[in-house]
Amino acid sequence: MTPDTVTTTDAPPRFYDLDEHEHPEGGNTMLGFWIYLMSDCLIFAILFACFAVLGGNYAAGPSPRDLFDLPLVAVNTAMLLFSSITYGFAMLAMQAGRSGLTRLWLAVTVVFGLAFLSIELHEFAGMIEIGATPQRSAFLSAFFTLVGTHGLHVTFGVIWIVTMIVQVGRRGLIAANQRRLMCLSLFWHFLDIIWIGVFTFVYLMGMLR
Amino acid sequence: MSEDVHHAPGGAAHGSLRDYLIGFFLSVVLTAIPFWLVMARPLDAGPTAALIVGFAVVQIVVHMIYFLHMNARSEGGWTMIALIFTLIVVAIALSGSMWVMHHLDTNMMPRGHDASSLP
Repeated sequence: MTPDTVTTTDAPPRFYDLDEHEHPEGGNTMLGFWIYLMSDCLIFAILFACFAVLGGNYAAGPSPRDLFDLPLVAVNTAMLLFSSITYGFAMLAMQAGRSGLTRLWLAVTVVFGLAFLSIELHEFAGMIEIGATPQRSAFLSAFFTLVGTHGLHVTFGVIWIVTMIVQVGRRGLIAANQRRLMCLSLFWHFLDIIWIGVFTFVYLMGMLR
Repeated sequence: MSEDVHHAPGGAAHGSLRDYLIGFFLSVVLTAIPFWLVMARPLDAGPTAALIVGFAVVQIVVHMIYFLHMNARSEGGWTMIALIFTLIVVAIALSGSMWVMHHLDTNMMPRGHDASSLP
């Protein structure tokens, strides 16, 4: 210590608590992830608003009645709903501490997620084949943007689930993995909620227009 | 920090098997009815639209309760506050967009695409 730092006053020393308080690791993760989901919700809200405004502008092109195949959409909805319940079973297995069973249910969830994506891509391919591309009309631009963004989220969800199957396989159900699985649970069920809006406002309302 | 093994205190609630099964059963019913209403068309377009929107809202609430395990107490109420804030923003964005664009269409467009909007 150099001499010029020595204080000559008699005042009692003051202490400032500048250090970070100790937070339990991951204590804020769930709330933080929830706030991310809420911001994601805003993205979808704006895409829904776009679709609501532009959804009737067919530019003399195909309308929902010409394009949508409701039985196929119903099957797709069932796939996503099944994947939700199987993810729920994975969470129950996680709470019971059974890592093998957790991975099995996660794998089943991946299968349903991939089935959903395949059916959606099949639908998109069929539409593009007959010329109903995003460039065709404002309705189709809004449709592909909204449904495509949801599909992209499901794609990343599937990648995340596969990652967690590997993670749980290598590290087991440690606290960090449990936290990740709970975030993924929120994400996956959130996507199912968005899909309720999609099939109601895009597909079912589209057929009523 | 042995508490770390458990989840954040007051954090996300756990579901039970019963919760998931009730949620799944309700979701299947609440999905099947709107699809049936539109595919079989037992009603006119207006009441059908109102009904399927109603079913969608109920199903979203069911998912939030039984799959997302939402309640007013998790994370000390902050998840609920964030949700309510988001819902307010979403409601303003959605209703505002549709309101503004509807008036723009009505006032600016020389004519609609279909004959029903002609004088």
